[in-house]
Amino acid sequence: MPKFKKIINHRFRLYHHQRFWGGAIWLMVAVSFATPSYGQALATHEFMLANGLKVLVKEDHRSPVVVSQVWYKVGSSYEHGGITGISHMLEHMMFKGTEKYAPGEFSRIIAENGGKENAFTNRDYTAYFQTLEKSRLAVSFEMEADRMRNLHLLDEELTKELQVVLEERRMRTEDNPQAKMYEYLMAMAYTNSPYKNPVIGWPADIENYKVSDLQTWYERWYAPNNATLVVVGDVNADEVFQLADKYFSALEPSELVAVKPRTEMPQKGIRRMSVKLPAKLPSVYMAYKVPVLNTIDNEQDAYALEVLAGILDGGNSARFTTQLVRGRQIAVSASAGYDLSARLSSLFTLSATPVEGVSVSTIEMAIKEEVMRLQNELVSPDELARVKAQVLAQSVYEHDSMFYQGMLLGIFEMVGLGWPKISDYVEQINKISAEQIQMVAKKYLIDEHLNIATLEPQTLGSLTQTNDLQGVNHGH
Amino acid sequence: MGIKRLLILFLGVILSSSLRAEVMIEQWQTTTDTPVFFVKTEGLPLVDIRVIFDAGSARDSETDKSGLASLTAQLLESGSGAFNADEIAAKFERVGALLSSGVSVDQVWFDLRSLTTPELLNPALDTMGVLLTQPSFNRIDFDREKNRVLTVLKQREESPAALAKLSFYQALYGQHPYAFSALGEITTVSKINLDHVKAFYRQWYVSENATIVIVGDVTEDHAREIAEHLTVSMNRGNKAPDLPEVQEQLMKNIHINYPSKQTHVLSGTLGIDRNDADYFPLVVGNHILGGASLVSLLFEEVREKRGLAYSAYSYFSPMARKGPFIMGAQTRNDQLNEALVVIHKTLKDFVVNGPSDIELAAAKKNITGGFAMRFDTNKKLLEYISMIAFHHLPLNYLTLYPEKVLAVTKEQIKEAFERRIMPNGLTTVTVGRKALENGQ
Repeated sequence: MPKFKKIINHRFRLYHHQRFWGGAIWLMVAVSFATPSYGQALATHEFMLANGLKVLVKEDHRSPVVVSQVWYKVGSSYEHGGITGISHMLEHMMFKGTEKYAPGEFSRIIAENGGKENAFTNRDYTAYFQTLEKSRLAVSFEMEADRMRNLHLLDEELTKELQVVLEERRMRTEDNPQAKMYEYLMAMAYTNSPYKNPVIGWPADIENYKVSDLQTWYERWYAPNNATLVVVGDVNADEVFQLADKYFSALEPSELVAVKPRTEMPQKGIRRMSVKLPAKLPSVYMAYKVPVLNTIDNEQDAYALEVLAGILDGGNSARFTTQLVRGRQIAVSASAGYDLSARLSSLFTLSATPVEGVSVSTIEMAIKEEVMRLQNELVSPDELARVKAQVLAQSVYEHDSMFYQGMLLGIFEMVGLGWPKISDYVEQINKISAEQIQMVAKKYLIDEHLNIATLEPQTLGSLTQTNDLQGVNHGH
Repeated sequence: MGIKRLLILFLGVILSSSLRAEVMIEQWQTTTDTPVFFVKTEGLPLVDIRVIFDAGSARDSETDKSGLASLTAQLLESGSGAFNADEIAAKFERVGALLSSGVSVDQVWFDLRSLTTPELLNPALDTMGVLLTQPSFNRIDFDREKNRVLTVLKQREESPAALAKLSFYQALYGQHPYAFSALGEITTVSKINLDHVKAFYRQWYVSENATIVIVGDVTEDHAREIAEHLTVSMNRGNKAPDLPEVQEQLMKNIHINYPSKQTHVLSGTLGIDRNDADYFPLVVGNHILGGASLVSLLFEEVREKRGLAYSAYSYFSPMARKGPFIMGAQTRNDQLNEALVVIHKTLKDFVVNGPSDIELAAAKKNITGGFAMRFDTNKKLLEYISMIAFHHLPLNYLTLYPEKVLAVTKEQIKEAFERRIMPNGLTTVTVGRKALENGQ
């Protein structure tokens, strides 16, 4: 199966659950919440090494397995113009060897130990992970500690890996109309926030990285006092702390220079764009500038926005499906999204693909009507109860995955919320009233802060096919 | 007691725990002859329930309506008994239960995930029972869902990767039902009417053709009740007959001209079925060739040494009948020929020389050392038990698997690859903009 070296959060993917071969998943609307909910049952243990490395351990003894993740506070939102995507490029280069290990050795050793490993970069963080049988945790620690400070950045490795990243960009963005529209929308919606740049970077920036750019970036951000080590699994917290101390404590901390705030300028009126791309279907994407838990005056407002997203798109009985897909039968799909755990103020997004014969302006109007309804009427007690029941159940379900539990701890640490905040989630959601939902709809979902992109499909041309039944092998 | 209170109680008991080292599968038949596979897990108060019918898209061909199996499954969520689609969805969601369904060429399945407390689980089970046995199949729902499928099929043409896969399967399988995707084609779905759906449902959604898998924190007695509850109202019917054997097709090279920046490459041939005698030599061998994450030969040659692609891989996809063996990558249009040469040379060298001792030892360590991670969640365990159940694999399959991997020899891999995978007889599909025509 295809490998990935990172997760880019495109958020908008029509029918993204659907693998059309070998398993068409007909979960027509994502039941998963815009942001997942958070449980609090398993204790999290925190420990800090003298060099500033924070260690978080969550014991989960259901399987003899351990997940180890090293998180760094750096991602595309830390980058300035001209080097966009460099955090992601550096993530790739982290597999290219140190003084001690040759390029590719890291992956080979993890594989030999039965491990799975990879890494991902997003706007606010970069993370490296291994999943291993529980007795192999030291293998991960030893090599992660090594590459935290001793990476070898070589010209010839960069030359090749840069091509890999360009191929990755072609695959994920250039040849994917939905992803490309999203990229253009972000660039329009944000005025000066670093969230305007794609995580993978602009092509001209990628093509021109130098080893010295990467060296500078590595030295600036890869240090124990800018990292958090998260371990979840069939382990003993004290033993993990001792192991972490053994392997990581010798690393020198860096003098960290705080990242500049780059607070987004207030938007002063609606922004609209059309994106013309070779595609088959039109779609519309509406994005309101909104604060997040980290930046909001009153935290309750952020939780209320979260519940509001659930009212619109929290399942097959939520409004988008019952009203737009089934009731009026004007949308093939419609979704709402809000990333409450972003580091900087972000977007509340509403998107849809119309059924054939329905215009994007009709669907845009219908979405607007749903927003107005939230502003004008209180949501029903049934709807509110449904969202809360889902959030509570989800907080149990998510404990099925150790990796996911690690993700939550890491993300909350990286964006500055701190992991203890995770356990507030269910309780805070439970407190949200219908009046608060109406209030945040009026306060935040306003035209002055709205950005709209529509995808205008251009013809793909005639797809000619040539068959060669002679059986001549290419290239031989 | 309100749902909220119940759930908060749950959060308190998550702390209890147990080790899942050995997987014990209990197996029995319901009074309707439906086989049930059950694994008790502890530590989380949840249960995953899957109802499988041998009614995947390979059964479409019986009516020559590719996409029928998928559309039928989709319609089941659109109204049952006295309830419309909104009400069905609300019944699951107000107790925090998750219902989903899926279709592959071999099977269709319905998954329910619920908390285990009776006040939450029982209503969800009741709804699932009604959904499986009393579909409304009304015309408005049918027209709407069919329309949505047609739109998805149209959107599929935006993806060069999807087009490559469609073309590859058609070339590899000819007239066999595996030639078509589970979702169907625009031309075939257009021809499906409501009577086709009703007939498909009547024939295949029957207890003799069903399998039930339950994984979660319930007792065996409770699991028995659940299985009875879900099957008691099903029509008895008949088990689906075996699918036809796959016939070998002439190898083909196909290029589809497409306005993309990259050309997607798929190259391969017929592979193995789930019970294939060569399963272990081929799967372990493929792990070395292109299966292992980040360290396989294809990954090394295509990506690490030459930077030609982001992903380069190979896999066997075992099915009820022979599934494909596929190698894949995607590269900038003007590098297509170079990538093809490297991919094909890597395979050829592997088939001719077989793996080295070091490569085989590393592969065995990776597969066996990480085996526990393949089913370290309820969800993953459900997938494995479903595979064992549907393909009639031995109940101790998960215990035997590492042993069989360790027993594979270099010679077996080389011999099996030589016999089954002909480097000069591959079918190759490329989708992208031909460099020569466009001067890139």
